[in-house]
Amino acid sequence: MSRLNSPAELEEFRKSILSKRDPDKPCITLCSGSACHATGSREVAASIEAEIKKQGLSAAVDVRKTGCHGFCERGPIIVIHPEKICYFQIKPEDVPEIVSRTIKEKQVIERLLYSDPNTKEKIIHESEIPFYKNQERLVFGSNGSIDPKRIDDYLAIDGYSALAKVLAGMTSGQVVEEVKKSNLRGRGGGGFPAGRKWEGSRNAPDEIKYVIVNADEGDPGAYMDRSLLEGNPHAVLEGLIIGAYAIGSHEGYIYVRQEYPLAVENVNIAIQQAEAYGFLGQNILGSGFDFTVKVHQGAGAFVSGESTALMTALEGRVGEPRPKYIRSNIKGLWGKPSVLNNVETWANVPLIINQGADWFTRFGTDGSKGTKIFSLVGKITNTGLVEVPMGMTLRDIIYNIGGGIPGDKKFKAVQTGGPSGGCLPEELLDLEVGFDELTKAGSMMGSGGMIVMDEDTCMVDVARYFIDFLTDESCGKCVPCREGLRQMLKKLTNITKGKGEEGDIELLEEISEIAKEASLCALGTSAPNPFLSTVRYFRDEYEAHIKEKRCPALSCKELISYYIDSGKCRACMICLRKCPADAVDGGKKKIHIIDQEKCTKCGTCFEVCPSRFSAVKKISGEPVPPPIPEEERMIIRKSKAQ
Amino acid sequence: MDIDKIDQIIDEHQGEASSLIQVLLAIQSENRWLPKEALERVSEKLQVPLIRIQHIATFYKAFSLVPKGRHEIHICMGTACHVRGAMRVLETVQDLTGIRPGETDLDLKFSLETVNCLGCCALGPVMEIDGKTHGKVAPGESAGVLKNYE
Repeated sequence: MSRLNSPAELEEFRKSILSKRDPDKPCITLCSGSACHATGSREVAASIEAEIKKQGLSAAVDVRKTGCHGFCERGPIIVIHPEKICYFQIKPEDVPEIVSRTIKEKQVIERLLYSDPNTKEKIIHESEIPFYKNQERLVFGSNGSIDPKRIDDYLAIDGYSALAKVLAGMTSGQVVEEVKKSNLRGRGGGGFPAGRKWEGSRNAPDEIKYVIVNADEGDPGAYMDRSLLEGNPHAVLEGLIIGAYAIGSHEGYIYVRQEYPLAVENVNIAIQQAEAYGFLGQNILGSGFDFTVKVHQGAGAFVSGESTALMTALEGRVGEPRPKYIRSNIKGLWGKPSVLNNVETWANVPLIINQGADWFTRFGTDGSKGTKIFSLVGKITNTGLVEVPMGMTLRDIIYNIGGGIPGDKKFKAVQTGGPSGGCLPEELLDLEVGFDELTKAGSMMGSGGMIVMDEDTCMVDVARYFIDFLTDESCGKCVPCREGLRQMLKKLTNITKGKGEEGDIELLEEISEIAKEASLCALGTSAPNPFLSTVRYFRDEYEAHIKEKRCPALSCKELISYYIDSGKCRACMICLRKCPADAVDGGKKKIHIIDQEKCTKCGTCFEVCPSRFSAVKKISGEPVPPPIPEEERMIIRKSKAQ
Repeated sequence: MDIDKIDQIIDEHQGEASSLIQVLLAIQSENRWLPKEALERVSEKLQVPLIRIQHIATFYKAFSLVPKGRHEIHICMGTACHVRGAMRVLETVQDLTGIRPGETDLDLKFSLETVNCLGCCALGPVMEIDGKTHGKVAPGESAGVLKNYE
């Protein structure tokens, strides 16, 4: 491939790609992101390729391994074009039937379709499934239709047209103005307006400037940046090049976690292809603008995702934050003006340039424009990545898209914003999701993790979990964060173990205040949030732990006990066999008893006891009933003779 | 670890001190841990004091300064896995292997690590062994999974 030397050449080339593509030719797309690999999509891919060959269809059918489709709960997913028939949870053994029946005979295989859990109705097309129907997939929507390893696929859906538009007829000032007008705010957590950040760098007098993609996605339970970078790396790259042009930078970095090998691979391929086509390098599309990108892998430190820490890491040093007396868009990487934005923020840029800020601001609320991708996980029926317009309510996201809580359990809280975010209770389900709205409620947008919790989740334990995470990830530079979090963790752990004392809550609140005021970076200043938000909305749970030594969610191991209800036990031996600690005593026709001394409270017996018996009970804050006397333990079943 | 291999890795990164983390990552991925001799060689070649290399090697989770077992168990402790009972899986695996996170057993059979999120939350709780994902693991099932590894 020779370099494209002008926007006109790009358009010519795009036309030639499209002319070679027959929209009626059968094409199987299969999601091949990391999450689907875990459910076996590699094996399915191998099976599809083998089967197509076996049935002699290699020339007649295209196979495209795309990025994440978002509906991870039902993965691996395949879509068959041009009919757009959508099959879920595909196993390699389903493939021969799909090829023979759906590809060859154009028949739909009912059992592989999505079945609505309420109406039991079978749905053929993605666009009609509630999970997708209620989303607004501006940024994430292309993932399902392109092979991230093939730049031509991106060009076929109008890729790099925003870059061409910018280079052909917009000044750098106009680009900055458009982004400012769109009110695009940083999708990585802070929500700082991207246009203002860009403007500061553009106006800085230095010759050398940098642009950086922050793909050090570290929030547990959040994987939208990975899926975007894996599934559509050129969109991020295009946004980055436009940003570089806008501020006058000629060198960029993509900082991506080493834990995301597929993202690293795909983004490197994308860079090579973009260089070959002339979207990167010298004299991009004949405009005279030069720009190169390097990939830098992170080595596993949550705090390195903080902007100044990330820049320090890029310099080859330990990724610890530094003071921001002068913002990094003025004095950042190697002391030069540096614009750092999150993956999703960059991916929004081509859309804004192509469709205009006026179009973009039609989505969202007053303060938060556009859409946001959330990673909807936890106790939720439809786990997956969802992209919704800002301003949608939590209830709509969790119930209309997420399908509610599985197993007839009651919703308790939703945690947003990653470890520094907060837990929001049922009363706030009608809250509109936006940067300012979430902050006001004591949580935050963060990078878009949304973890749903049901009645079985203990909120004190959730606070302890996040503080534990942050204690581990604190770089140790500031005392309030390093020592304060350690003490908070100690107190919270004690509470979950039933060793909480009167005054613990107040002490925790006091430490929180200090950590918030006196830490340097966002990790420390927001670290107490998980505690503060849970104590704000679930204070009664803290008090039950401290005063009654009771865990209302029946989750804290030290505060619960299991016993077998002798009236319900049918001596079926299942729990006895499954108990990893040999703590169940009993036998055939002999009612089982749990030896409290031996019990490790792993909960296996509780889970395996057949629901028609439900003999294993879990209690907290009350003594275990005494075991049934030995002589009454034999079950005498009535025989027919009697 | 072979000195030539280390030199080759350093050369691939143009011997720049700013590539220090990238060089260490490459050695870690090649050798699965960072032996002292390797760190000394990097220090000498990149002209970076050993103490700075130690700082990096102990700061980041990706690096190990001790040899790893034949099989690496990663238990996901991400929030989604946590609310679905990851702690109970971890406790059972600890009991079965006799090691805690960060440790390797004496036979060098298993190394156990916890990870913050593997990003396959639909499968939680998740346990990954040598890169193979085991999803929706119940504590009782982990014994059966571990048995398959020698």
